Amino acid sequence: MPEDNVQKCKGCNRPLDMPAFEANMRICPKCGSHEQVPVRERIKMTVDEGSFKELWGHLVSKDLIGFADSKPYADRITETIDKTGENDAIVTGDALIHGTKVAIGFMNFGFIGGSMGVVVGEKIMRLAEHALKEKVPMIIFAQSGGARMQESVFSLMQLARMSGAIYRFQEHGGLYISVICNPCTGGASASFAFQGDLIISEPGALIGFAGPRVIEQTIKQKLPPGFQTAEFLQEKGFLDKVVDRKNMRWMLGKVLSLYRGIPMEVI
Amino acid sequence: MVYLDFEKPVVELEQKLEEFRKQAIARSLDLTNSIQTVQREIENRLEEIYSNLTPYQTVQVARHVMRPKVQDHVRFMTPDYIMLHGDRYFADDHAMWASVGSLDGRTVFIIGHNRGSNVKENIRGNFGMASPEGYRKAMRVMELADKFHAPVITLLDTPGAYPGIGAEERGQAEAIASNIRDMFGIKVPIVTVVIGEGGSGGALGIGVGDRVLMMKYAMYSVISPEGCASILFRDGTRFRETAQMLKLTAPDLKRLGLIDEVIDEPVGGAHRSPVEAMTFVKEAVKRNISELLEVKGPITDYRYNKYKNLPPKMD
Ligand SMILES: [Zn+2]
Repeated sequence: MPEDNVQKCKGCNRPLDMPAFEANMRICPKCGSHEQVPVRERIKMTVDEGSFKELWGHLVSKDLIGFADSKPYADRITETIDKTGENDAIVTGDALIHGTKVAIGFMNFGFIGGSMGVVVGEKIMRLAEHALKEKVPMIIFAQSGGARMQESVFSLMQLARMSGAIYRFQEHGGLYISVICNPCTGGASASFAFQGDLIISEPGALIGFAGPRVIEQTIKQKLPPGFQTAEFLQEKGFLDKVVDRKNMRWMLGKVLSLYRGIPMEVI
Repeated sequence: MVYLDFEKPVVELEQKLEEFRKQAIARSLDLTNSIQTVQREIENRLEEIYSNLTPYQTVQVARHVMRPKVQDHVRFMTPDYIMLHGDRYFADDHAMWASVGSLDGRTVFIIGHNRGSNVKENIRGNFGMASPEGYRKAMRVMELADKFHAPVITLLDTPGAYPGIGAEERGQAEAIASNIRDMFGIKVPIVTVVIGEGGSGGALGIGVGDRVLMMKYAMYSVISPEGCASILFRDGTRFRETAQMLKLTAPDLKRLGLIDEVIDEPVGGAHRSPVEAMTFVKEAVKRNISELLEVKGPITDYRYNKYKNLPPKMD
């Protein structure tokens, strides 16, 4: 196999032994870098086996404003759906974690960089409303480059729509756990990712409002190493905990078990 | 006057007008007819130019240095205003304006991006790019408005939230996220007006109004046309195309159902006739506040349903 086709670890740049790497939850066995996980794999490693029931999976984005960059946005959507087998940048549904029922969402970075447009907005809004109605905790795995430019102000307005639903859910006593994965910047950070009652993250994740390149261009200097990592954010007081991927399911189950029995306010 | 490139045809005419006026005074001549002719000509050219602005030209007008800024609107709407400072945690962010005053007898709180009208003010207000403490000040003042049972007016005019080291360290994302969420809990009417540049999350961080109005030559976008061009085309000079594609003008956003109202501007833009422009804004704000005070049931439900029901409708 030519050198170029060998997948390398983004953490240490060493070639990855794929079967071993995949068996290790896509954590580099050499340096411990938490590499990105395809969305269906993430669901499998997070929820009780066979418990995930997808909701609103049929929702598909449309080109609302006649947008075209290197190709028309409408074509980009169709091609990405064909290529990835997913309809947009988030998968939402009901699941059990250690036997506790939760409403859960997983962002899909493989779909146009996990960008957030009307479908992501609609699904998170519905998920929060659903969690409120069902009186179950909500968990969202955030992983996103930000708002989807191709949907312009429609995507910006999703920040408000999702946040409104999350406000009502939390206001009635609902528990929302935000899990931030690498990377998470822009509109996702400036909305649901940082609205969790508990906010946890995977090690080494890049998390911020502005991306590092934008900051460097603005301040005209290099950023210090480790800036905007999960560990940095925990140190600055914006994350409850950095949790290894191998412990994530256990950690969620533990928090849920401690939360169980606290009734949500009846509405 | 600071002229924009596409206003060139007017420059000569305005110089001519100035010349006539000087002569009339210097030589005691009656040039009324000539002056009126030139004035009409100027008006016609401006009408022509401004009724055919391209989206990027609109962006230029929205960013015009002489366009009325937050503090101009505040002085005009609430001459008895008291400025409010600080987030009670870290600092007073000069990029975020907050004040209380009376708008024709009604107590209102005004919050806005304070980008300033001259270089000194621009620097002091960080060109309207707020830091986390600015967003936290805004939320503190909205909660204060709640206690006063007084409506909130938010005026949007920012290129975006500040992308700096300190801003990130102090939780820019958390501050904006909290504001966007917690504005859904404010129990008094909120009227939002985009008066200049509505730059993405940094604008929305104070922009979750029950009514969202936009001045005719303001802009509102998820990303600046320049930023969009450099990301999508890896060529920042293609901003005219992206400005076109982003549908960032007030009439476009009204047509798409994303804003509630376009506030008219005088011929030639707000920077030419600021008092007239600010009058239009004031009247629109007053009317919307009155309407919102008539809303039956909790205003927070009204607000949530407004955003929930934004287009597009999904099955
Ligand atoms: Zn490695």
